[in-house]
Amino acid sequence: MNELQELYQQIILDHNRNPKNFGPLDDATQQANGYNPLCGDKVKVYLMVKDGIVEDIRFEGSGCAISKASASVMTTVIKGKTVEEAKEMFESFQQMITSSPQEDVDLDAFGKLAVFAGVREFPSRVKCAGLPWHALTSALDGGEEVSTE
Amino acid sequence: MSVPTTSAAQKSAVFDAAKVRADFPILQELVRGKPLVYLDSAASTQKPRQVIETIDRYYRAENANIHRGVYYLSELATSKYEAARETVRRFLNAASTKEIIFTSGTTDSINLVAHSFGRAFVNEGDEIIISAMEHHSNIVPWQMLAEDRGAKIKVIPMNDAGELQLDALEGLFSSRTRLVAIVSVSNSLGTVNPVEDIIEMAHSQQVPVLLDAAQAVAHAPLDVQALDCDFLAFSAHKIFGPTGVGVLYGKQELLEQIPPYKGGGDMIREVTFEKTTYSELPSRFEAGTPNIAGVIGLGAALDYVESIGREQISTYEADLLAYGEAKLAAIDGVRIIGTASQKAGAISFVLEDVHPHDVGTFLDRQGVAIRVGHHCTQPVMDRFNIPATSRASIALYNEKSDYDALVEGLDEIIKVFRG
Repeated sequence: MNELQELYQQIILDHNRNPKNFGPLDDATQQANGYNPLCGDKVKVYLMVKDGIVEDIRFEGSGCAISKASASVMTTVIKGKTVEEAKEMFESFQQMITSSPQEDVDLDAFGKLAVFAGVREFPSRVKCAGLPWHALTSALDGGEEVSTE
Repeated sequence: MSVPTTSAAQKSAVFDAAKVRADFPILQELVRGKPLVYLDSAASTQKPRQVIETIDRYYRAENANIHRGVYYLSELATSKYEAARETVRRFLNAASTKEIIFTSGTTDSINLVAHSFGRAFVNEGDEIIISAMEHHSNIVPWQMLAEDRGAKIKVIPMNDAGELQLDALEGLFSSRTRLVAIVSVSNSLGTVNPVEDIIEMAHSQQVPVLLDAAQAVAHAPLDVQALDCDFLAFSAHKIFGPTGVGVLYGKQELLEQIPPYKGGGDMIREVTFEKTTYSELPSRFEAGTPNIAGVIGLGAALDYVESIGREQISTYEADLLAYGEAKLAAIDGVRIIGTASQKAGAISFVLEDVHPHDVGTFLDRQGVAIRVGHHCTQPVMDRFNIPATSRASIALYNEKSDYDALVEGLDEIIKVFRG
């Protein structure tokens, strides 16, 4: 598989075309915007947190296939997690996508998120994958606009 | 026996694309194992060996600080620096070298005018007119000035084709209008604005005009006296020169009425702790050691352009651009953003269902360099209700095969994304 196919795996293309949990969340308890001033990508993450658990999560916005798919997959893995678990997942995901492509990473531990390992070969696209996660952590912390800059 | 001869005029009328390409060493490089297809000249142009060698020679054999040096090298560097000023004067057909100020680029040139013209002429309640297709560098300095002075910004609107609506401009003038600052050629739409008409309208209201010629300069002849513009700004790196150097042309009578921009060495006549008197034009606006190598490199770049011929470049590029636009428009799902009747340099487009960033990444892997994003014109993106575009922009070294490679790449992307 070449680097491009590694980046644009079928799963990513599918999530880009038909994103999961896309649209506003009416009974959100918190929300946050993510903005990448370099490319203009915008994402808004809505959370419904109850007793320390993310009971529901949705997102909306516009962006490239990587940021949209990242947001979509993120919603599917975060739903049902505790706030602490969600923050830990952000930390390890962020670490994984910003690691060197030569570095040995145990991708199996990342489950569905492993498809984003391909961005490591594309330094200019790492922020695209990270944007929705930054918005998520901001929303978990009470919410305000975050920028990838 | 008579031998058929070619006159000098006929010779220069022939644009030899292969010969031009051979002047640009970077075009021989492989990118990701493929020949470079460079379609991002609106962001920065590549450099011919004539410019590279001039800068190389300067640092190897001619380097010294200019002005006031009493030794050979300093005098040599000074004469080369000032010769470049004369080259710029000739290139723009300015009346005097006093009207040619070296800056760090278009942005710096515009900031100089916003600061110095602003301090002299813009007061509370005054108005500056700009257009809907300005680069951020011709918006933000005016906003900063407006905030500082309590002035207002008015914006000439554009139509769906990306053409300025001059009938609306008429109504924007008032007794408080102090300046019209406008782009000659749009970097994100490729629109060539009718600057002659705009200047005429502004002058009929006694309002001076600044032209942002960053995109215009490499594509067609520019004559500041024929245009009768009051200020004109451009960057060396967009016309085959180095980065970090640019030009502000200003009419002498205006430059003489505005205060210096930056204070420092070289821009003074006499300094005491009580009072400083400033030097004459143009050094009054060139504080500190300038980008000497950059200025000399710019001179070499303009000499290079003149050796090819600006009319020839303009004609060659017009044909090339029309070819590219037709090829792109023929792709199912491509929408061209900016369909003005007069265009130069850039073609912006969006591809249905594929974000420009994904387009850019795909093309990069095919060795095709284009720019994706808002191109520092966020209000233009808002006007067309899109987050970003893909932009392919050309210079004199491009050829039809570059557009062919672009189109081939786009066909690949469509296959992957539409499945």
